[in-house]
Amino acid sequence: MNKWLKFAAYAALATLPGLAMASGAIEGEVQKQATNWTAITLFVLFVGVTLGITYWAARRTRSASDFYTGGGGITGLQNGLAIAGDYMSAASFLGISAMVFDKGYDGLIYSMGFLVGWPIILFLVAERLRNLGKFTFADVASYRLQQGPVRTFAATGTLVVVALYLIAQMVGAGKLIQLLFGLEYSVAVVLVGVLMVMYVMFGGMLATTWVQIIKAVILLSGASFMAFMVLASVGFSPEMMFQKATEIHAKGIAIMSPGKADPIDSISLGIALMFGTAGLPHILMRFFTVSNAKEARKSVFFATGFIGYFYILTFVIGFGAIMLLLNQPGLMETVTKNGKEVTQLVGGSNMAAIHLAHVVGGNVFYGFISAVAFATILAVVAGLALSGASAVSHDLYASVIKKGKADEKSEMRVSKITTLCLGVLAIVLGLVFEKQNIAFMVGLAFSIAASANFPVLFLSMFWKGLTTRGAVIGGFIGLISAVGLIVVGPTVWVDVMKHEAAIFPYKNPALFSMTMAFFFTWLFSVLDTSKAAAEEKQKFDAQFVRSMTGIGASGASKH
Amino acid sequence: MNEDILQRVQANPKFAELVHKKTSFGWLLSIIMLAIYYGFILVLAFSPATLGASLSGGVTTVGIPVGIAIILSAFVLTGIYVRKANTEFDELTQQIVEEAKQ
Repeated sequence: MNKWLKFAAYAALATLPGLAMASGAIEGEVQKQATNWTAITLFVLFVGVTLGITYWAARRTRSASDFYTGGGGITGLQNGLAIAGDYMSAASFLGISAMVFDKGYDGLIYSMGFLVGWPIILFLVAERLRNLGKFTFADVASYRLQQGPVRTFAATGTLVVVALYLIAQMVGAGKLIQLLFGLEYSVAVVLVGVLMVMYVMFGGMLATTWVQIIKAVILLSGASFMAFMVLASVGFSPEMMFQKATEIHAKGIAIMSPGKADPIDSISLGIALMFGTAGLPHILMRFFTVSNAKEARKSVFFATGFIGYFYILTFVIGFGAIMLLLNQPGLMETVTKNGKEVTQLVGGSNMAAIHLAHVVGGNVFYGFISAVAFATILAVVAGLALSGASAVSHDLYASVIKKGKADEKSEMRVSKITTLCLGVLAIVLGLVFEKQNIAFMVGLAFSIAASANFPVLFLSMFWKGLTTRGAVIGGFIGLISAVGLIVVGPTVWVDVMKHEAAIFPYKNPALFSMTMAFFFTWLFSVLDTSKAAAEEKQKFDAQFVRSMTGIGASGASKH
Repeated sequence: MNEDILQRVQANPKFAELVHKKTSFGWLLSIIMLAIYYGFILVLAFSPATLGASLSGGVTTVGIPVGIAIILSAFVLTGIYVRKANTEFDELTQQIVEEAKQ
């Protein structure tokens, strides 16, 4: 395997500059970019370093525990950075700065919703999760319930969320590299897919975590520098920055206030963002990489700090982009959208942060930020792939199909095959969804996480009365209603399927779908008078003691 | 977990104390966070003009410092919880675990 890895590493390194050289074929409407050797060098450097880490991690990844949790020895600070890294995806960095660039204040509202879920996770979920689980959140949800049905549900919820999140990341990757090198969108998507598979398949959680940590550090440094330069250009006066931005923005002073939004939709979005975080499988999985509940708590504290700081930076970056990029010669282009001519930033608003890097830091920094954005996507998709692979191998294969009797070797083989399949799937989905807004796709994933995964996970830890029947029926109702309401809502029914009016009037279904999930989980649990249900309720006390004290919780594996 | 340890833990008054302290503190902070955030969302939904009002005559609106403050409040609340849990609660947990083993 190591030989293969080495070969693949060289192959990947060799293709990068070669692909970059192909930048001659730039379409007419895309601004011509000179081949940016700084960016290429940094890309190659990052890929080289991360593949080196993958090689190192591959040698240490022997057991299933190594593969899923990196052996459980990650510290709180490291895990906090990795969690922050998972959260600071390309969709956050490019998408939220784009949202601020387009709408001003509304972008900040979005970031707030993303952040406030974290304290709730800490207060109610984190240490219980650490004390009860081993590899996936399904371990916790199915702790005292029937393994088969509950894990099937949890794996389904995981895979749907992972797929949506992957789409957002792949689309971001394609667009970014397309703009930077004038490369074919499809080539970029394939490249990301291949690297993702290599990290996860060979390096498991250890490689995925370290790739994420390195990326989090360089992303925070780069974004800090950009925000500093933006503020320096206005003499560190936010008022001056807002003043200049409102003068130049088409919406004028309106960018300083919340835009018009339906009250129900706002509340529903808030619920999706807040509780969705507590239902994201690739994030929940990170709580099993630390050695105990104490480190799990510390992880959330550090993660909240880094993420909050990062969102303040993206806000400044978004306003800086309005102030320094809008209507500047060479940075705007006219494209035809739905038959109408639209003037936009070259490459679309999602490229605001990238262009801003060029303006405030010159060619070298532009190359740096491009490389960072690319690294961000790679790191996040790796975490997603690992989470999806665990759902299939640990939950579906080992627990449902083999009924807990699978040997580690075959379980790991399944997870590697799944990683490969997810890589192919990610590439295909990335190509299919090229034209979608990437920030919105992440919103979808959050609605489903909040409506399917969160209610079942939460009730399994807090409510003695939860039964298998309640969890599975309620959870699936949450999942199906979230997807269904999105499909018949304005974002898909009208914007994608081109119907006249939406059947369901709100963009964000979480308020309804999460409520339904909680209600039906409760209802079907209460109505369940089977013998199995009585036994499940009886097992709650032992589960509760373990969740509170950590007695019997799985520790770090020894090397 | 064997039945003995389980019963010893449940019979230990310190366990009841831990559960009470940890649960009520966790919910208290959760409710504070929820109140802050959904308070903001309700203002946003029903009285957006409040957030759009000028802070001190300039273009900066009330919404800007409020937004930053909510982000900071999330960080501060997690800090408060971690501090208390990693000292007081963990100490109590440690005692319960030790006593259950005897």
